[in-house]
Amino acid sequence: MSEPSPNHPAPAEDAESEPRPGRARKPIGWSTIIIAVLVAVSAALVWRRDGTAGVLDILTHDLSLFSGILPRVLAGCLLGALISEILPHEKVSRSLGPKSGLMGLLIGTAFGAILPGGPFTAYPVASALLAVGADFGATIAMVVSWTLIGYGRAVAWEIPIMGTDFTLWRILISLPLPVLAGALGRFVYIRIYPKPSAKDDET
Amino acid sequence: MSAALLIDILLWGSVVGVGLIAFRRGPTVFKASLREGAMDFINIVPRIALGVIGSGYIAAIIPQEVITGWLGPDSGWLGVASAVVAGAATPGGPVIGFSIGTVALKSGGGVPQVVAYVVAWALFAFQRVILWEIPFMPARFVWFRCAVSVPFPFLAAAIAMVIGKP
Repeated sequence: MSEPSPNHPAPAEDAESEPRPGRARKPIGWSTIIIAVLVAVSAALVWRRDGTAGVLDILTHDLSLFSGILPRVLAGCLLGALISEILPHEKVSRSLGPKSGLMGLLIGTAFGAILPGGPFTAYPVASALLAVGADFGATIAMVVSWTLIGYGRAVAWEIPIMGTDFTLWRILISLPLPVLAGALGRFVYIRIYPKPSAKDDET
Repeated sequence: MSAALLIDILLWGSVVGVGLIAFRRGPTVFKASLREGAMDFINIVPRIALGVIGSGYIAAIIPQEVITGWLGPDSGWLGVASAVVAGAATPGGPVIGFSIGTVALKSGGGVPQVVAYVVAWALFAFQRVILWEIPFMPARFVWFRCAVSVPFPFLAAAIAMVIGKP
């Protein structure tokens, strides 16, 4: 629950000297436990069905997958950290914050659409934006835009598997969704959390 | 696979580009963010390892046929609703998700239903949410985003019904 920061009104344009607000970094959360249990149960079922060989087969395949992903995870983490360091907090909260209006949602959408890489990039960067002053609405627009109209997954997977026609047509249909999701997010957010941690009074 | 190579180049190119900007702000800023990024990486790796290495087992016990069954010939809004559930429940990575979509299209599934499936999978496939999104982002944000995303596969299906096939 790291609410971005108690936002001392940033001394104009001097974002770099500020310490970066900490990001959510829980050690072993309940979600980790859930997935660990899920994995253990699944592995046990695979073992009962296919024996040790079946378990080892999947293990070696997934280990090679993992070693391929690892460098990209590193790149994503570095990208997230660098972006949150160089983006001036004041500007981010003005253009992507709770009061950024439709423009903020459009900027979030554009940003998600051009962001390179996979989940290993999108989520660290989204988390960085959240930490430097973007609101839930703009961040939702960014994440939804990355997942629905970003080119990374479309080029690498969707076009080869589903074909160019279907993919382009599906992306066309998806174009309005990020902005709508961000708008719905904002609409719901201010009703669920009417006083967003008392920090909503910067103009 | 050349698309993967292209993505790697873009990804590391962006890291270098943003890194240069940070470096011009001064070596302290640059070093601090490198350290920060490296710490994030170290913290996240165990969870990614668990998810990636474990996802093969989860995919193995939820066979594709089960998911394809939910994407069956059922047309109309009931079909869309079951496609959304199927999208959320699909384990594994993009190959599995898109392959199931293709199989459904080829075996006579309706286009709006397949669109709903692909969009739902992209928005809130449970495995990606747990494996990728929760480790990197505040949990409160993740659940909020997923809840807010629920109407959109239906909306995409509705748009698909209105504008017709590709």
